[in-house]
Amino acid sequence: MSITRSFLDTPFVRRSNRLRTFITAAWLGWQIESNWADPFLFAIYSIVRPVTSVLILVVMYSVITNGALQEPIFAYIYLGNALYILVGQVITGVSWSVIDDREHYRTLRQLYTTPMDGYFYLMGRGVARLIIGLISVLITIGFGIIAFQLPISIGAINWPMLLASTILGVLSLAAIGMVVGSLTLMLARHFWSLGDAISGALYLFTGAIFPLDVLPAWLRPIGFAFPVTYWLELARRAILGPNAAKFPTLSGFSDLELTGILAAITLMLLVFSWFFYRWALHRAKENGIFDMETSY
Amino acid sequence: MDTNLAIETNDLGRVYRLRGPKRKGDAKQLVALDGVNLEIRRGELFGLLGPNGAGKTTVIKILATLLLPSSGVGRVEGLDVTRDVQEIRRRISMVSGGETSGYGLLTVEENLWMFARFYGLDNVTARKRIDALLEVVGIADRKRTKISDLSTGLRQKMNFVRGFISDPNVVFLDEPTLGLDVTAARDVRGFVKQWMHDHPDRTVLLTTHYMAEADELCDRLAIIDRGKLLACDTPENLKHRLQREAIFNLKVGPLGPKPSRDAMIEAVPGVRQATIVEQNGHTELNLILAQEDVLSNVLAHLTRRGSSLISLEKREPTLEDVFVDLVGRRLDVDTSHHAEGEHAAG
Repeated sequence: MSITRSFLDTPFVRRSNRLRTFITAAWLGWQIESNWADPFLFAIYSIVRPVTSVLILVVMYSVITNGALQEPIFAYIYLGNALYILVGQVITGVSWSVIDDREHYRTLRQLYTTPMDGYFYLMGRGVARLIIGLISVLITIGFGIIAFQLPISIGAINWPMLLASTILGVLSLAAIGMVVGSLTLMLARHFWSLGDAISGALYLFTGAIFPLDVLPAWLRPIGFAFPVTYWLELARRAILGPNAAKFPTLSGFSDLELTGILAAITLMLLVFSWFFYRWALHRAKENGIFDMETSY
Repeated sequence: MDTNLAIETNDLGRVYRLRGPKRKGDAKQLVALDGVNLEIRRGELFGLLGPNGAGKTTVIKILATLLLPSSGVGRVEGLDVTRDVQEIRRRISMVSGGETSGYGLLTVEENLWMFARFYGLDNVTARKRIDALLEVVGIADRKRTKISDLSTGLRQKMNFVRGFISDPNVVFLDEPTLGLDVTAARDVRGFVKQWMHDHPDRTVLLTTHYMAEADELCDRLAIIDRGKLLACDTPENLKHRLQREAIFNLKVGPLGPKPSRDAMIEAVPGVRQATIVEQNGHTELNLILAQEDVLSNVLAHLTRRGSSLISLEKREPTLEDVFVDLVGRRLDVDTSHHAEGEHAAG
């Protein structure tokens, strides 16, 4: 808490209600996500969970392809699956906080009578899951390099592109999470699994486990409309280098063009989520369901 | 606009749409507030007294910017509750009774510190206030205890501290002693009185259905029932309304089949209000009589019904009597699920 305290007392942060809200919410989120077990158990959970989930995929792939782990498609699938961990973590990290505060901790009423900014609060609450997700991604990729000799060389990674695309990707996911969270504010019940449902649906349409070309032509536009598709493509190009080019779905676009598309969609989603949140909050207060506990 | 007013409502109304009425003819909406007008001055400890479901919490939720009114205007320190949300939240706080919520994984200090930061307090001020307030409510030794390890009463005390940590101009206390034991409730009332004494320019709006609490704490109070404000004055003046009437508590033997308030009022001229509670083989009657000599007619009526007098007490009017006189039922009757047609409260 002392680091957060010192940081929050810097003049720049003290002047900005939104920044202060964001940092305090991120601190709260981290306390919630990391304090449920002792540090050793938490570390084990953080390692075992992603590794076991990726092993299931590897076993399925091995059975179908007779163990062709050296094929470029394996690295494509493995990496897509590893990066996809962030999709679920960020979307649900942001949106789940509404249900967590309203139903579990029953603090929504207390929080929303303070002058904190609700949009930045929810964004901040998602940070903890983002960090846990990033750790899981790194562990999964590291495990792939060691156990399955994935063709990844640390020195050959295009770090600036990986960083830029991941920042944009995470922002776009947070914006989707805000939209889901806003819906949860407004609709009160049954939406506890909406974040999982959306990230599950996107799994099929964003090239996470197979190139979009595999889908029927009429289904591909769904994938092209979502930022995750472009983020995964850019991240694969940054990590795998020439190997990523073997899959032609987005090969007609340069790195810069893909980054531009990802940035444009992310910006649109952020603007949309901002207005949607305000509208949803107003509707929830209008309908008298804002702090309704549904006991689900 | 009167700048001396901390809280003001003009024709404040709130209607809830009911989802999925079960049968044809079921009410489709619930009128929780119906044209409520309030003027609460700075420095007042003002009470809203009413039974469960009267609309007290709805008033507070609207004023605390958690709920939009369906009609009318609400102002806190001259600011509109629908438009000036952020500015109002900087000046208010709200504590609900029975509030045992909180992040169980945080310690008491961490939880309070977090809320202090949301209010924009710097670290030094936050820590000073946390220490001072925890000391006042007597849980300073629990500062580093996780909330999940606190008893219900201690959690409520912690939430009480949260409500005062921002040094608010206006505090909304919604049934603050609900669920507390006698000692803890007395501590809470003592704290509120002391805080108002130390901060004479601050305002507290308190809702309660405990008449003794309202009587003890409030400078003025309004009686609310089924979303409507029935009376508003000082506790003394409200009780003074019944000064000319005679109030009796009677304990009598069983009254026979279906004793009712209406039957009693109809049968004995001069009975202004009556509440009847049957318990443990006898019946308790609280009667407000127009004159003292009506009592003999009441006793004759009871004899005709085959009942006998066990005890009789004449007493001074209380706020409960004022409520009974205005509404015709006791304060502890929950009206939230007994809407007459479309009229009830939230």
